[in-house]
Amino acid sequence: MVTEPAASPATPPPSPVPQDPAPPDPSAALSLRGLWKRFGQKIAVAGADLDVPSGSFFGLVGPNGAGKTTSLSMATGLLRPDFGTVHVHGTDLWAHPDTAKATLGVLPDGVRLFDRLTGAQLLTYAGLLRGMDRATVAERTEDLLTAMDLTGDRDTFVVDYSAGMTKKIALASAMIHAPRVLVLDEPFEAVDPVSAANIRDILHAYVDGGGTVVVSSHVMDLVQRMCSHVAIIGGGHVLAAGTVDQVRGEQSLEDRFVDLVGGRRETEGLAWLRSSSASS
Amino acid sequence: MAAQLVRLKLTLLANAFRRSVWQTVGLVLASVYGAFVLVLVVLGAVAGSVAAPALTAQLLTLGGALVVLAWWVVPLFAFGVDATLDPQRFVTFAIPRRHLLAGLALAGLVSVPAAVTALAALGVSFTWWRDPVALVAALVGAVLGVALCVVGSRATTTALAPLLDSRRYREVLAVVAVVPLVLVGPAFGWLSGTLADSVDGGVQVQVGGGSVLGSALAPLVDVVAWTPFGAPWSFGPAVHDGAWGLLAARLAVTLATLAVAWTVWDRSLARALVTPRGGGAAGAGRGLGWFSRLPATPTGAVAARCATYWVRDPRYAASIAIVPLLPVVLGVVGVTGEVGGGLLLLAAPLVAWVLGFGISNDVGYDNTAFALHVATGVPGRADRWGRALPVLVAGLPLVAAFALVGCGVADRWDALPAMLGVSLGTLATSVGISSAVSARLVYPVPKPGESPFKTPQGATVATMAAQFAAMGIDLALSVPVLALALPAILLPAPALGWAALAVGCAVGGVVLVLGVRWGARVLDRRRPELLQQVMAFR
Repeated sequence: MVTEPAASPATPPPSPVPQDPAPPDPSAALSLRGLWKRFGQKIAVAGADLDVPSGSFFGLVGPNGAGKTTSLSMATGLLRPDFGTVHVHGTDLWAHPDTAKATLGVLPDGVRLFDRLTGAQLLTYAGLLRGMDRATVAERTEDLLTAMDLTGDRDTFVVDYSAGMTKKIALASAMIHAPRVLVLDEPFEAVDPVSAANIRDILHAYVDGGGTVVVSSHVMDLVQRMCSHVAIIGGGHVLAAGTVDQVRGEQSLEDRFVDLVGGRRETEGLAWLRSSSASS
Repeated sequence: MAAQLVRLKLTLLANAFRRSVWQTVGLVLASVYGAFVLVLVVLGAVAGSVAAPALTAQLLTLGGALVVLAWWVVPLFAFGVDATLDPQRFVTFAIPRRHLLAGLALAGLVSVPAAVTALAALGVSFTWWRDPVALVAALVGAVLGVALCVVGSRATTTALAPLLDSRRYREVLAVVAVVPLVLVGPAFGWLSGTLADSVDGGVQVQVGGGSVLGSALAPLVDVVAWTPFGAPWSFGPAVHDGAWGLLAARLAVTLATLAVAWTVWDRSLARALVTPRGGGAAGAGRGLGWFSRLPATPTGAVAARCATYWVRDPRYAASIAIVPLLPVVLGVVGVTGEVGGGLLLLAAPLVAWVLGFGISNDVGYDNTAFALHVATGVPGRADRWGRALPVLVAGLPLVAAFALVGCGVADRWDALPAMLGVSLGTLATSVGISSAVSARLVYPVPKPGESPFKTPQGATVATMAAQFAAMGIDLALSVPVLALALPAILLPAPALGWAALAVGCAVGGVVLVLGVRWGARVLDRRRPELLQQVMAFR
């Protein structure tokens, strides 16, 4: 599954440094080893190693453009990595995609849904695509619509949903096949506080039942409160990973994050912004 | 402010060139085509003014009126034709509305269609080169006419924006717009046929065939010249005839229209600036539709989804809307063009091809929603057959019915076996080719929710290449059945017809199965790559 990227002779790509090849952890829910992805001249992910322990509520944080979405896309089979491996509960995702994908639930960020379907139809579609039988799909569709507070909009076309409702129906369609690992890219974006609390409850219950959740976010407070484990990604590398307490130490997660990632500037600020004089 | 907006528009236009090679190629081709049409129109008009001045003036008035009408109406259907300077984007800037309006009006002139319109309008004014006063009047008329085009189109689009904002109206409008578009061709055919007849008759009676045509057009032109659309284009003739009262009246009509359009635009803009986008009634379906009727398997689910989309997504529905119109068009062309009802025989294979070709870029139509298929890991076989089956199941009886009706109308029952062979063969072959091609090639199409007529930027040349490739393969695979069917129908030779039926079904079936299988294998191998390709269209 390792392919050489087509390199132009003028600009040889920086090649991955073979670090100590720790074997993938078969007990981990998700085990990434040496993931690389290059888009043109830009290296989005440069050798990411990460183990998501089974049964953890795992937060993935990082600044904009750090490679969170790219890493998660490669970890869920949506984007083929240039180098590296992904194991889902010990199954090599890119060698046996069908087996691995059956245990994965994915909420990608920034993709469309089949939005000419109604909410109920979309859930049914997601379930049937997974090869589930009609009765189970129907039962779980009802449960998920209730849990997401979308029962009243079951027959509304998804294209007419609000941003938050769209997020919720996408989340529901990622969960309908009862996956062992849920990978959610920015699941709380545009979701109202009440729905977000409901979704958190659902996810916590899911983790208590033995499932594993991976969420990406850039809301540090949320991750610190909600997650058991966290990884900080910056510049295409995993900068720190472990339980939330291990990673943050004595600091708050936000301070630790800023320390690792950098980019804060001590400035006087925009002095002219303070004056209320309306000059342009 | 006006200068800034014009500069902004020019910058946007220049940046469009820099963005991609295909786009530059497309824009250059469009410009060359526009320049070609422009030169042809101006030369034709000037030449015409020498040969038949009165007729040319009449035709110019009619043509000008059509252009203004097109400017006013077409953007309503092809929604979003030129949204580069969408007034909504200036909401947060404190620009006085008067300045904004003037700036937008001037910036509206900076686009390829506006430039072509303006140059053509000014160019054809020189048909009055022998009469300087009329030339000046015509030039003034041209300027006012172009202003009417730009301001009028802004007025209609801005005034109707609340309506167009509602998804449902926009979609219905987009599908309905197919009807006039399809009928334009035969309408012109009929018109030119009628005109040709009248000219043919005229030449024998009097010298200067144009004057008969002119007298036929005269009442129409008299009416059109009084409408807001035609008035600015008829200043020249009025001056030439020395009818100063007429000139004043037409000038008044033009200026009044311009003032009304400006006011409407001003008012609607004022309302649009304080009314944010969105809202509109939500659409609702009932129950699970096809999902509860088709088998509960991945293949059945994909088929149910596709069947739902064929009806509910205007991008698919537009190609369905063409199907019942095709025989009408062929019938009209056949009758007026003296080919006779025999042309209706073409309806069945054409419909078969339109249906089969409709899924040749299915993944492109899915856009990034295809991520669901990637994430769930739907088997390629289920994906391919699910997309192909609705077309086949709906297409088979439809195409067979068209073949029956075509043979009945043309009174060529002997041709039925050959017709069925060609039509059903075409349906199966084109579905098979589409299934294979759409797994390998995707190209940008209007995104879900956009007008079916909106051509995505940078698509044109790449799209055409992909489509031509698919069509070429399609045609090549149809050679055997055509080689049997054409002599069977034309000679006629009924025995060959039966052979054509057998060969058509056999070749079609083989191509269908092989195409779907190959497509499924490709899809299984490179699903993530396909997703990345459609992601790049955003």
